[in-house]
Amino acid sequence: MFAATSVSSGVIVLVGAVFLACAVEMVEALTIVLAVGHTRGWRSALEGTVVALVALAALVAVFGPALVHVPLSVLRLVVGGILLIFGMQWLRKAILRSSGLKAKHDEDAIYQETVAELEAVSNRPDRDRIAFVMAFKGVFLEGLEVVITVLTLGTSAHRLGLAVVTAGVAIVLVGIVGAIVAKQLSSVPENAMKMGVGILLVSYGTFWVGEGLKVTWPGNDGALALFVGLYAVISWLLITLIRPSRSIIESEVSA
Amino acid sequence: MNQKQSPLVVRLLKSFGMFWWDFLVGDTPELFAAVLVIIGAVAVARIVFQENALAIVLLPLLAILALTVSIRRAQRAARK
Repeated sequence: MFAATSVSSGVIVLVGAVFLACAVEMVEALTIVLAVGHTRGWRSALEGTVVALVALAALVAVFGPALVHVPLSVLRLVVGGILLIFGMQWLRKAILRSSGLKAKHDEDAIYQETVAELEAVSNRPDRDRIAFVMAFKGVFLEGLEVVITVLTLGTSAHRLGLAVVTAGVAIVLVGIVGAIVAKQLSSVPENAMKMGVGILLVSYGTFWVGEGLKVTWPGNDGALALFVGLYAVISWLLITLIRPSRSIIESEVSA
Repeated sequence: MNQKQSPLVVRLLKSFGMFWWDFLVGDTPELFAAVLVIIGAVAVARIVFQENALAIVLLPLLAILALTVSIRRAQRAARK
């Protein structure tokens, strides 16, 4: 019974991390594609998107099977290190945004900036190279982060299939919701999602670095759930500690 | 004078290197350095001294310390 519980907590953390990370990246990519499509026409925007998706699929096809041949302890150590760095970067950003020290990611502002940039280029030929390049870059760069997350988490946990399916579900779901709400992607609670992803990636990073260095975790995979709880509490404490107090804000306003 | 363009392979390798640099180091080099230190410290505890319990405590503790230092650094920068 304990084995079943610990396996399921590992799976839950894997699915949660992949789903949230893919959803956040998809929101960012979709914002750019919607801005390009609305401003310059859908043909080139969709062509850029499709070519970027094909390029990403080719990367997965090339590097996915290659990763399986890397010794597991080396793979887990390297992947754990990457996830620790990547996760701490996300968590740091989310904590700074939650505490008000950094401006929140504003999808509306990104949308408006992209539209303004595209409208500055007046001529709009049938095949729009600028629209194609912008859509391609947006989807490829955000997609590359999805590919890295899926490949590293999936191969280390020996559940690449599950990670790929979860990423697919997240991308399709955000795609459908994005198409329905169109320009209202700013209503997506992106910072909360980023905080969740950061906590999950740091938890996985801690776990895999330990596994790569032959650390025996108490409760095996169940330790992942403990890390999630620990990093969630630490994040909350850090937000509380660095958030400017009401008295400081009031004194700055009155000054 | 026209500068000679680098060969495609060189440009691709450069872009690949730049992507990983931005991805792993970017504007938080302290986190990159911290993870190298964490791996080194835990490797010494687990492999050299055979101390599993110490490694279990050290790994999350150093990660929390690194995150706290990086956030304090950002907080100081924001106040300037």
